[in-house]
Amino acid sequence: MTTATAAGGVFSSFQPQRDGRDPDWLAEARLAALDWVAGHGFPTRKDEDWKYTGLDPILAVPFEAATVESGRRVSADLIKAAAVDLGGARLVFVNGHFASELSRLTGLPAGARVTNLASVLAAKPECLEPFFSHVPGEHHAFAAFNDALTEDGAFVHLTPGTSVNEPIQLVFFSDTGGVPLMSSPRSVILAEPGSRATIVETYAGIDGDLYCTNAVTEVVVAEGAQIEHYKVQDEPVSAFHLALLDVRQGRNSGFSSRSVMLGSSIARHEVRVLLEDVGAEASLDGVYLPQGDQLHDNTIFVDHAAASCTSHQLYKGVLDGRGHGVFNGHIMVRPGADGTDANQKNKNLILSDRAEADTRPRLEIYTDDVKCTHGAAVGQLDQDALLYLRARGIPLEAARGLLVDAFVHEMLDRIELEPLRARLEALVAGRFGKRERPIEP
Amino acid sequence: MMLKIEDLHASIEDNEILRGVNLELNAGEVHAIMGPNGSGKSTLANVLIGREGYDVSGSVRFQGQDLLALSPEDRAAAGVFLAFQHPVEIPGVGNLYFMRTALNSLRRQRGQDELDPVEFLVLAQERMKLVEMDQSFMSRSVNEGFSGGEKKRNEILQMAILEPKLAILDETDSGLDIDALRVVANGVNALRSEGRGMLVITHHQRLLDYIVPDRVHVMAAGQIVRSGDKDLALELEKHGYTTLGERHSSGRRAPVGATR
Repeated sequence: MTTATAAGGVFSSFQPQRDGRDPDWLAEARLAALDWVAGHGFPTRKDEDWKYTGLDPILAVPFEAATVESGRRVSADLIKAAAVDLGGARLVFVNGHFASELSRLTGLPAGARVTNLASVLAAKPECLEPFFSHVPGEHHAFAAFNDALTEDGAFVHLTPGTSVNEPIQLVFFSDTGGVPLMSSPRSVILAEPGSRATIVETYAGIDGDLYCTNAVTEVVVAEGAQIEHYKVQDEPVSAFHLALLDVRQGRNSGFSSRSVMLGSSIARHEVRVLLEDVGAEASLDGVYLPQGDQLHDNTIFVDHAAASCTSHQLYKGVLDGRGHGVFNGHIMVRPGADGTDANQKNKNLILSDRAEADTRPRLEIYTDDVKCTHGAAVGQLDQDALLYLRARGIPLEAARGLLVDAFVHEMLDRIELEPLRARLEALVAGRFGKRERPIEP
Repeated sequence: MMLKIEDLHASIEDNEILRGVNLELNAGEVHAIMGPNGSGKSTLANVLIGREGYDVSGSVRFQGQDLLALSPEDRAAAGVFLAFQHPVEIPGVGNLYFMRTALNSLRRQRGQDELDPVEFLVLAQERMKLVEMDQSFMSRSVNEGFSGGEKKRNEILQMAILEPKLAILDETDSGLDIDALRVVANGVNALRSEGRGMLVITHHQRLLDYIVPDRVHVMAAGQIVRSGDKDLALELEKHGYTTLGERHSSGRRAPVGATR
C-alpha cells in the first residue's frame, strides 16, 4: 500500500536513544516500528489517504529527534500567551518533553491520575504495554515513527466513576533554538467505566522555528465514560504538524472531538474512532482555516464495529490565499452493526481564486439496518448577504469578515469552555479583519 | 435638490430594464413609485444602492454627488438607505451586533465617535418601540427564521437606527397583513422629516392610505410614464395600470397581500 520515497532516507537514520531505559517489550516494539518504516517507507500521494497531502517538504528537512536534552527553558509568559489558562490541571511540554516547572497538577479528584508518560515509563511501564502493542505500521509511517521515538507526553488515568470538572490542559510548545527538531509526543488517556473529563490539547511554537510535531494521542473510553477532547493547532507557519488521535469506545460511552486548525505550513489531523461496543456515541467537529500557502488535512475514520452506535462529523473549512483544505472522511459500518446512525458533513467557504478545497466523504456499509448520510459543499460568500451588509455601510472587507465569522461561529459556538471559545474567536477574527467587540447583553 | 435622476438606463445581458428614468426629489418629500410587475421599480432601487451586475448609464446626483461612482458602503455613508424587498437571512450574525456594526461603520466614515455596546443598546431599545419589536429579535441572527412581516419591521428598524437622508422602500408592504402594514407604516411616518427624502416603491395603492405621498410616479416598461399628486394613486386603483395605454412586459397581477 505504501511506497518508499527516496527522501525518507534522512528519516531512516533515526534510532531510539533509550540506552537500555526501556523494558524489553518496548525496545522490541520500537525496533519493529522502525523496521516497518524502513521496509515500507513514507506514504506518497499514490496512497488513498494521502492523495492531497504531499510530504516531500517535510521529508526534505534533516530533522533531529528531540530528546530530553532538547528541552529548553521557556518563560511562563510565553506559555500563557500561547495557550489561555483554563484553570484546571495543566501539563506543559517543551519540544515534546514535560516541563514540570511550567505545569500544575493540583486540584484533581482522588480517582484521577494525571502525569507525564516518561514518569510512567520509568516507574510502571507495563501499564503502557497495550498502547505500544499495535501491529507495527497499523496506521502509517508517522504513527510508527512516533512508536519508535516517543519519550514523553501526557498520561491521564481516570478510575471508574471519577469525574474531573475542570478541563485538563495539555500544552505542547516548541522552541527549537535553531535546530530543526522532530518531536514525538505520545499521550494516553484512559477513562475507566463511568468516568468523565475534558481534555484540551494546544500546539504552538515560536514564529520562524523550523520543526515537525509528530503527535499521537490514544484515548480509551470505557463503558459509560464520557470524554470531551479539544485540540487547537496554532503552530507557526514555519513548522509542520502531523497528528493522530486514536480513540476506542466501549459500551454506551461518549466521545467528542473539536479541532481548530490555524497554523503550520503542512498540517494533518487524523482522527480514528473505533466504536467497539453497543450504544457508543462519537461527535467529531473541526474547523480549518488555511491561508497563504498552508495545507490543512483532516482525515477521519469512524469504524462502526458494534450495533446501535452513533457518529456525527461536521467539518468546516475557510480557504483563503493559496490555502489548501482537505476533508477525507471515511465511515465504515461493519457486518452486524445494526441500528448504526452515522453522518458526515463538510462545508467549505472559498475566499480566493487560488485556494483549493478537496472533500471526500465516504461511506462503506456492510449491513442493512443503518441510517447514514453524508454531504459536502464548496461555495463562496453569499453575494446577496455581502450587498446587504455593504448597503448598511459596512465596508467590503469588514462585511467579508463578518460573513466568514458567521460561517465559523457555528463551530465555535459548540465550544462550551468559555475562555477557550473567547480565545479562539479572537484568533479567528484576527485572520479576517477588524470586528466590533463581540459583547452582547 | 436631494436626488436628481436623469436619463437612467440599466440592462442585464442586453436586456434593457430601465429605459431612461427621470426623477427629482427634494428633501422632506415622500414620492411613491407605482407600476406593474416587471416595470423596473425594483431595478431602480437596486441601481440606486449599487447592486452589481447591471450595465448602467445616465446620471444620478445625490446632494450634488455622483451617486453611481460610489461603492454601496459609500452610498450608505452618504445617507442612502434601501429597505429591501427580500431582506437576506444571515445565519450566525446577531441582529443587534449587525446593526451596531453598521451604525459604527457609518459613524466612522462620517468622522463621528462610535457607540459602545451599552450606548447602542439604549438607542436600539428606543427605536424598537417604533416598529413594536421586542428584544428577542435582537439576539437572533439577522432575519433568520423571521416571518415576512418581521423582516419588514426589521428593515424599518434599521432605517430608524441608521437615520438615512434618503430612504428607498422597495415593496415594503408586500407580504404584510393589515396589522403588520399599519405597524410598518407608522414606523415610516414617524421617520418622515424635513431633512429626509423617501422613495416608496409599491405595487398597491393600499400602502399609500397609510403613507400619504407628496408625489406619485407611475412606471411602465422601464420609464416613468406619468406623475401626479396622491390622487393619481386612487385613479390607478380604480382603473388599473392598463388605462395608461402602455404595453407592459408582464401582465400578471399578483393578488393583494401575496406578492413577494
